Amino acid sequence: MNKMEETLIPKIGVITDVRIDTPDIKTFRVVTPDGKKAFDHRPGQCAMLSIPGVGEAMFSITSSPTNTEFMEFSIKKCGCVTEWLHQAEVGQQITIRGPYGNPFPVDDVFAGKNLLFIAGGVGLAPLRSVINYCRHYRDRYGDIDIVYGSRSKDDLLDYKEIIEEWSNDAGVNVHLTIDNPQEGWDGHVGFVPNYVKELGFDTNKTAVLCGPPIMIKFTLDGLTSIGFDKTQIYTTLELRMKCGVGKCGRCNVGSKYVCKDGPVFRCDELEELPDEY
Amino acid sequence: MRKCSLDSINKIFGKIAETNKLYLPVDGSDGVAVYTKWEEGKEWSNALNTVRSPKDFFFPQVENLMEFKTSGKNIELTDIREEAEDFVIFGVRACDVRSFDILDRVFLTDPVDSFYASRREHGVIVSVACSKPSETCFCQTFDNIDATNPLGDVTAWKTEDSVYFKANTEKGEAFMKKIESLTEECDDTAVAAEKDKIAAIMKKLPLKDLSADAFGGGKTDTFFNVPEWDELSATCLGCGTCTFVCPTCQCYDIKDFNTGNGVIRYRCWDSCMYSEFTKMAHGNNRLSQKERFRQRFMHKLVYYPENNEGIFGCVGCGRCLAKCPISMNIVKVMKKIGGKVNE
Repeated sequence: MNKMEETLIPKIGVITDVRIDTPDIKTFRVVTPDGKKAFDHRPGQCAMLSIPGVGEAMFSITSSPTNTEFMEFSIKKCGCVTEWLHQAEVGQQITIRGPYGNPFPVDDVFAGKNLLFIAGGVGLAPLRSVINYCRHYRDRYGDIDIVYGSRSKDDLLDYKEIIEEWSNDAGVNVHLTIDNPQEGWDGHVGFVPNYVKELGFDTNKTAVLCGPPIMIKFTLDGLTSIGFDKTQIYTTLELRMKCGVGKCGRCNVGSKYVCKDGPVFRCDELEELPDEY
Repeated sequence: MRKCSLDSINKIFGKIAETNKLYLPVDGSDGVAVYTKWEEGKEWSNALNTVRSPKDFFFPQVENLMEFKTSGKNIELTDIREEAEDFVIFGVRACDVRSFDILDRVFLTDPVDSFYASRREHGVIVSVACSKPSETCFCQTFDNIDATNPLGDVTAWKTEDSVYFKANTEKGEAFMKKIESLTEECDDTAVAAEKDKIAAIMKKLPLKDLSADAFGGGKTDTFFNVPEWDELSATCLGCGTCTFVCPTCQCYDIKDFNTGNGVIRYRCWDSCMYSEFTKMAHGNNRLSQKERFRQRFMHKLVYYPENNEGIFGCVGCGRCLAKCPISMNIVKVMKKIGGKVNE
């Protein structure tokens, strides 16, 4: 039988590196058994990872497409699949399929714009792909501001990369915050939405948001209160998914399927959807 | 057009079964018609329709997708897909034939679901006109469903003494060729009379005037927040019966089963009516039964048409009317929030 391609059938991937980012987030590096990148992707797209017998789940690809050697996934321990992954060691094989969903419009809408990235907690994972893509093609974009907050200093994802790489780039301003005061932290303390308002950004920017739903909601309110239009703000959604290609029905909200019509949405597009995300 | 006597229909079944698996509605011991593999002694049911829809033939309730073997840190994946064999489903009603088009628009759009596509390609559908439409039938509400003249590869009409056949597709022509020696050429007088008879019954059905005109794509804002959802969903048990008997419901789950000698990844029907359907680590975007209930009907009446040129995700088969344990159904929803039946 000449078998047609089947999206539900994954490839085998190998975990080649596990980085402990925070007490509950690890970043996994994945390649195919022959050491290659499993597939090409665009910033903001996702992949289905699975461990046979445990389950399959959708994760955003946190590495930039400009990385041609491997993919990375920053994964918070919070369910069956993620708990299993957190005890996995280097050399462990998993399955991988994708890429799924629409990417951030980095090559058209974002081109030439000042960019404002706002993330909370593990919400930095999908944005890291875009941030590093824009840093790679630095001359295509204007100023880049990154506001990132977490519960504590220890919960900041990619802290080393932020401090050693992002903060040192010309025209890239990083604004970190943590929820509560902590010994050894002399940076800003407070929630992301409030910090965004305090920073009072010029509205000549395109904003990209990702974080817990409550953070997205209040940050969106904050941005619009300082003059941003919803057409200037992008976010990426997360809903339960099984197929990744708009057939299994789980991530259906209104006439959209988050897996194939999203996960990236412009905030005015979200307004047209029923409030079920 | 060709015909055979009703008495000789089993010869036709026998002829088809020589080369292909043949499935048709057969009454079980409990009197309920079920699609059953034909063999000598099985009789074609007189029931209007089967309790379960024939969507199983293309989208089975459970199907294995792939196998894994693990050893140490390694995984071996086996693609267990096999080419489907040609098969015939006989006696499919107009509503159910239409449901295949609705499922096609989900499973055959890019990326094509190869499991579904293979079965669809190998299935021959012989439809049969509805001699006795029932009071739960409302296929007339929707476009492109004609109980007097259903679609499919072959259309059949069953009268008191004969069965008439007309091929609609190449697959249908091949089917007719196979049974040529058992059928005879005839004109369409008897079929025209049968169609008139069915049409006359259709005009008297209680749901004949049910209209879906109020619904369709772009109506999310109109209907999503209407207060009637509270009342309509108040007694919903969340049992999922409606989704399981529905010929167009196609939500599915993918799960792994540990066989003790490896893992089988399988797909099975799921239901948007279930509380865990959308439950994920960070929460659940449809926490109440009202939200889940609303999702099912909004999907069929608004979201699906929005993505599919106005085609509704319901074919009016009436199964949910007959089977819901609390007698709630899409007709009540349409009447309640879409306005009264057009008198």
